[in-house]
Amino acid sequence: MIPELGHFALILALLVALVQASVPLTGAALDAPRLMSVARPAARAQALLVALAFGCLAWAFVSNDFSVQNVATNSNSELPLHYRFAATWGSHEGSLLLWTLMLGGWSFAVTLFSRNLPPPLLARVISIMGLISVGFLLFLLLTSSPFERLVPPAAEGRDLNPLLQDPGMVFHPPLLYMGYVGFSVAFSFAIAALLGGRLDATWARWSRPWTTVAWSFLTIGIALGSGWAYYTLGWGGWWFWDPVENASFMPWLTGTALIHSLAVTEKRGAFKSWTVLLAIVAFSLSLVGTFLVRSGVLTSVHAFATDPARGVFILAFLAIVIGGSLALFAWRAANVGLGGNFSVVSRESMLLANNILLAVAMASVLLGTLYPLFLDALNLGKISVGPPYFDAVFYPLMAPAVFLMGVGPIARWRQAPLPELLTRLKWALGVGAISALILPFVLGRWSPLIAFGLFLAAWVFAATVASLLARVKSSHRGSILSALRANSLSYYGMLLAHLGVGVFIAGVTLVKGYEVERDVRLDVGESVAVGRYEFKFLGVKPGPGPNYRALTGAVEVRKDGRLIETLKPEKRIYNASGQPMTIAAIDTGFLGDLYVSLGEPVDGNADNIAGAWGVRVYIKPFVDWIWMGAFLMALGGLLAVSDRRYRLAIGRRAAAVAAATPAAAAAD
Amino acid sequence: MIRGGLLLIAVSALTLASAATKMDVPSSDTALDARLKRLETELRCLVCQNQTLADSNADLAEDLRREMRALAVAGKSDAEIKAYLVARYGDFVLYNPPIKSTTWLLWGGPFALLVSGGALWWIILRRRAARLPVVVATDASGEARAREILEAAEPPASAK
Amino acid sequence: MKAVRWSIPLAIFIILVAFLYVGLWRDPREVPSPLIGKPAPSFALTQLQQPSQTLTNSDLKGKVWLLNVWASWCVSCREEHPLLMRLAASKVVPIYGLDYKDDPGAGKAWLAQNGDPYTASIVDRDGRVGIDYGVYGVPETFVVDKQGVIRYKQIGPLSLEALQQKILPLVRELDK
Repeated sequence: MIPELGHFALILALLVALVQASVPLTGAALDAPRLMSVARPAARAQALLVALAFGCLAWAFVSNDFSVQNVATNSNSELPLHYRFAATWGSHEGSLLLWTLMLGGWSFAVTLFSRNLPPPLLARVISIMGLISVGFLLFLLLTSSPFERLVPPAAEGRDLNPLLQDPGMVFHPPLLYMGYVGFSVAFSFAIAALLGGRLDATWARWSRPWTTVAWSFLTIGIALGSGWAYYTLGWGGWWFWDPVENASFMPWLTGTALIHSLAVTEKRGAFKSWTVLLAIVAFSLSLVGTFLVRSGVLTSVHAFATDPARGVFILAFLAIVIGGSLALFAWRAANVGLGGNFSVVSRESMLLANNILLAVAMASVLLGTLYPLFLDALNLGKISVGPPYFDAVFYPLMAPAVFLMGVGPIARWRQAPLPELLTRLKWALGVGAISALILPFVLGRWSPLIAFGLFLAAWVFAATVASLLARVKSSHRGSILSALRANSLSYYGMLLAHLGVGVFIAGVTLVKGYEVERDVRLDVGESVAVGRYEFKFLGVKPGPGPNYRALTGAVEVRKDGRLIETLKPEKRIYNASGQPMTIAAIDTGFLGDLYVSLGEPVDGNADNIAGAWGVRVYIKPFVDWIWMGAFLMALGGLLAVSDRRYRLAIGRRAAAVAAATPAAAAAD
Repeated sequence: MIRGGLLLIAVSALTLASAATKMDVPSSDTALDARLKRLETELRCLVCQNQTLADSNADLAEDLRREMRALAVAGKSDAEIKAYLVARYGDFVLYNPPIKSTTWLLWGGPFALLVSGGALWWIILRRRAARLPVVVATDASGEARAREILEAAEPPASAK
Repeated sequence: MKAVRWSIPLAIFIILVAFLYVGLWRDPREVPSPLIGKPAPSFALTQLQQPSQTLTNSDLKGKVWLLNVWASWCVSCREEHPLLMRLAASKVVPIYGLDYKDDPGAGKAWLAQNGDPYTASIVDRDGRVGIDYGVYGVPETFVVDKQGVIRYKQIGPLSLEALQQKILPLVRELDK
């Protein structure tokens, strides 16, 4: 009953979405207030219906309803409750429903926080989001319904993929999708602006918080995915330039460019058409990412079960949505007009450089990800493009962007006198240079790459501090405290986010420069020494788990001879699927991780677990700074969005606009 | 003075932190193991195609690692070991795509994009800078009038 | 013309979609063999059914032959086995088997149970010959011509379609 209710809710949602997509849009074109006012109720109703459908599917999972095909394939009654719930989005169909749910949620949010948007703009934004919902709902209902019944029902489920039975699974997809789908708001604003012909600083001010929130979520989502891979996959890596990782990274790069570009459009009215294009591209990349994961076009650890028919559907959807937007852009962007002017050295010019570097980086990642496909399609052979390529291309592109990140906040708008910049930044340069030259020796080994990475990280820290100091100094307030309070949350958000980048770079540089790996065969009682640490293998014992059989190893860790911890890496065999999993044991620390995972028993004999084993030991200095940095970036974004002026000024400004321009609205 | 002091504190803090984590360069890993490991991370496993030969537990990966070790011990260079694998499995096995006519676009693309991006940046800058109004020096009465206006106006709504 | 630059993103996208569409019908996991058109790597291995005898590739020069890589532990091999039996019965082309990374006892038992379509099978215990031939998944089938040059590789189980449309016509062509 409940699955059918869910299915019915989806059908209703599709009908409402069709209304949501067409009526307000027509109303905006015809300037008919009655039609435009359909936007809010339609969007809310659609969101609630999708939520109902999602609830029905989640119920089916939690209550072990194996008469539903999706539940039987992806769940198991021995699965703990929270994983049964998370399994709702553990499959292609379920994750698509999650996508659609998020889309409904964001649409609902837009209806809530838009009291001061001019009705035509709101109507268009909601309609475009409705159009996207129509696409996803059609895709769900026509090709990927999660509510298919299994007749006769299975007695037991096939189990959720063990790789997904992890807290990361509970959080990573929802947060990631919040980001992907959140970019649809910026996208809809961009299309609405192109349709309405009005693109000004106020439009940018409205778009900005939505974009920043989506970007923050995407940052956390990607960081979670990376952290999850690190501790789940067992070989200590955290980024593989896998096609699906790239599929999430490209919208992130574009989104970063977008939030910076929106800042310029809001403050100086410049870069308007470029900002619109970025908003279109960011969401387009989210959609392309969805395509890549589900169509079987690229191999990936992440790919869902593939089916060319589904691929054709998504591709057609992409072609319509993205092709349509870009066609609209080609037609209307020229009318958007030029904005403010600025000199060669100015904050605008640096933000422009930042945008270009990020765009080139994104394009390069896209090129590398799709190149094997290009060659294969042209019958020119099969190649692989992996980390060596991406590392070689990405880091050199990002280095200047990171350097500019230190200069930008100090540079004035319109014209930034070069001598002033140099004065303010010279000691930041000094800190960077000293760190680059001295720190590596202190840490054990100097190399040009480590030095350069540390230079950039230290430069970012020092320049950010310099920016704050410059602000405080040039403020006319009496005390330092009141000077600090005079700065907006948006400014502090930026500082925090930039600091986060510095922390991230430090983490990457230090872990790549100084990590140590040992892959050894250890008898029971035998140790391996790595630096100041000694790892003593105590053997492996069997034991049960909730839905798996575990072989738990014990490894004593000594530092300078003193016992600090016993790590317990595991090898699990899941009961339902028989699938093995390696669970690493990690000692997480602020200054670095100790990471131990089990290989295979030495004799290769599965029964001889009490003997010697292959053991992998890693020392990973500062690795957690990678995720800490990402978290700080996201926090900075959210801090910036909580700035009061987004809540007040929109009301004040829009009231003035609405009062002064009824004629302009009629001309739309 | 303050800046110098801050600089000193910053560097000291960093030095202290790093002293706490001083890493010894590993000594007992043989050069051969290190070299093989580096090579293996650049090669793709053909069975578990999303893992490197270094990480994969597939049978074929083990066999190939064994072959590579034998070749290295026999004195073959990195290039020769890679050529051995490419002769049998094609370019697919290399995660670092070779530079040949079919990959010029791949390797040259980012660079070309960067150069065009830079050119675009320069062109936009020149155009925008050229349109900046030229500041004309005013006489004393103009300056007095300007000051009057500034003092009468309200302070801006936000600091940024 | 001013309008042109605004259309560049659209143009790029259209090209992208075209490639993605073509890509839908390709298999990104398939690794084509670089040995097509090159001499078949040499081998000298003991025969499965006659362990005292060795077979080398030079023994097979002068005729067109198929090399089928199989193993008793290989599940997909069962799929193509009936086809192989029919092909062997038709005596169109001799099929030689490469028993890849298999225990000879298990291999013999498997053939006894499922039928032996091979003119002879050779034992590749450590997989070295398989590596030389670029084998990465079992089963695989190679077509070798009279001069000992590899002309075609079938990745995965043989299908009736592949036999009828690619392999048999090629064999007929090479036999002339």
